Amino acid sequence: MTTNCNLLVIGGSAGSLEIISNILSNLKTDLRFPVIIVLHRKSHVDSILTDLFSSKTTLPVKEADEKDFLEAGCIYIAPADYHLLVENDRTLSLDFSEKVNFSRPSIDVTFQTAADVFGNTVACLLLSGASSDGTEGLKMVKNRGGLTIVQSPSTAEVAYMPQQAVSAVQIDFIIDAADIPKFINGFSDVPNNSLK
Amino acid sequence: MVNDEEVDILLNDLFEVHGYDFTDYSRASLKRRINRLFELDRFPSFAEFRYKIRSQQDYLKRFVEEITVNVTEMFRDPGFYKTLRTQILPVLATYPLIRIWHAGCSTGEEVYSMAIVLKEANLLHKSLLYATDINPNVLQRGMEGIFPLSQMKQYSENYIQSGGINEFSSYYSAKYNSAKFDEQLRSKVIFATHNLVSDRSFNEFQLILCRNVLIYFDKDLQDNVFSLFDQSLETLGFIGLGSKETMRFSSVGTKYRQLDKEKIWRKMS
Repeated sequence: MTTNCNLLVIGGSAGSLEIISNILSNLKTDLRFPVIIVLHRKSHVDSILTDLFSSKTTLPVKEADEKDFLEAGCIYIAPADYHLLVENDRTLSLDFSEKVNFSRPSIDVTFQTAADVFGNTVACLLLSGASSDGTEGLKMVKNRGGLTIVQSPSTAEVAYMPQQAVSAVQIDFIIDAADIPKFINGFSDVPNNSLK
Repeated sequence: MVNDEEVDILLNDLFEVHGYDFTDYSRASLKRRINRLFELDRFPSFAEFRYKIRSQQDYLKRFVEEITVNVTEMFRDPGFYKTLRTQILPVLATYPLIRIWHAGCSTGEEVYSMAIVLKEANLLHKSLLYATDINPNVLQRGMEGIFPLSQMKQYSENYIQSGGINEFSSYYSAKYNSAKFDEQLRSKVIFATHNLVSDRSFNEFQLILCRNVLIYFDKDLQDNVFSLFDQSLETLGFIGLGSKETMRFSSVGTKYRQLDKEKIWRKMS
C-alpha cells in the first residue's frame, strides 16, 4: 500500500501546544504539502496563536479564511469558534454550527472532510488531550485509505485523547512526541511522497 | 452515507419540486449536515430519504431547517457591539427613522442584542428592525423571544464586554429553564421569511447586519448577496459582517470603506 501525502492535518487539545510548537520549529522548509492545525482553545477570538506559531518557522502560517486554497508548504490554523472544513476543490470553508464533542473547532469535522476530499492522500495526526474528539475522524480517514497517526499516549501530557483513538481505530503509526517532527519531514523525503 | 452524487440529486429535487436553491451553498458543510440528518432520522436507504423530502411538506421544512445552520448567540463578538454603540449609533441617531435589516437572523438572538443596544442609546422608539430568515420555524422562536436560561451567563458576560451598563437580567424574566425577553424589545421588530438566494430587495436601510451567513455560500452567491445588500442600503449606510467575513473581494466592494479593523463597512458612494 502506498500513500502519497497531499495534506497533513494535526489535531490537538490540552497539552499539545508545546508539541505543535516543536513540530513547527523542526519542519523542513521545503514541505511538499499543506498543513492544517486544529487546536482546542477558549472561544474568544485570538490572533496570538497564529503569531506564536509563525515565530517557530519560516513557512507561512495563517489563520484559515474561508475560500483559502490549500497551498503546499503553507500552515493553516483553524480559527477560534469555527469548524474548519475541506471542500472538493481543495479550498477551505468555515462553519459556525453546533459544537462537536463540546468543541468548536472540532478535530473530527476537519479530519472527516479532509478524508472525504483527499482519500488515501491525507495523513491525520492526533495529539495530547482530554477530549474524545478526533477518534471518529480517524475512523473515516482509515476507512478512506488515509494515514492515521497518533502521539503515543505514554508521551502525552494528557493521554485520554490519543488513548481513545488507539482503542477504537486501527492506527498506522503510534509515535513518541519527540519523534513526530522527524516522522513528518519523512513525508517530503520519499520520492513522490510515497510512504509505507 | 449520502455521497456527492446523491447530494446533487437532493439539491436538484429541492429546486425543481420546492423552489429552494441550495446549489451555491458551500458543499462540505451542506453534505455534512445532510448526512447528520440522514443518520439522526435513521433512514434505511437514500431512496426513502429522497422520497420523504420530495413528497412530505412537513419533512421538507425539517430538512431545510436542519441543513442550514441556525446556531447564534447574543452579543456575539462583544467588540463588534461596542463599535456599534460608540461609532455607528451616533451616526444613525441623526436620522428621523432608523431602518435596520438583520439578514439571516435565525432565532433572533442578535436582533434582541441590537434592540437592547438601541434602547440603551435611547433610539429604539424611532427604529424599525427587519429580521429575516429562510426558515419560518426559527423566526417563530425569535418572535417568542424565549431562549435557554443556561446561556444567560455567557450572554451577560458578552453584554458587559460590549459596554452594557445595566443588569443584563433586567431584560428578561426567568421561568423554569427559559429566559423570556421583554416584549418591549421586540415591539419594533418585524419578523419575515426572506431567502437571500432568490428574494429581492424589499426596502432601503441605514444598517444591514448579516453575520456568519455568507460563510455558507460560494463566491458567486456571496457576490450576488452583496449586490442585493448594496441595492438595499442608503449611501453612507453600514454593513456589518461576521468575524471571518469580508467585502474586500466583492464586486461592489470598491464603493465601501472598512471601519478600522472592525467587520463593518460604510457605503461611500
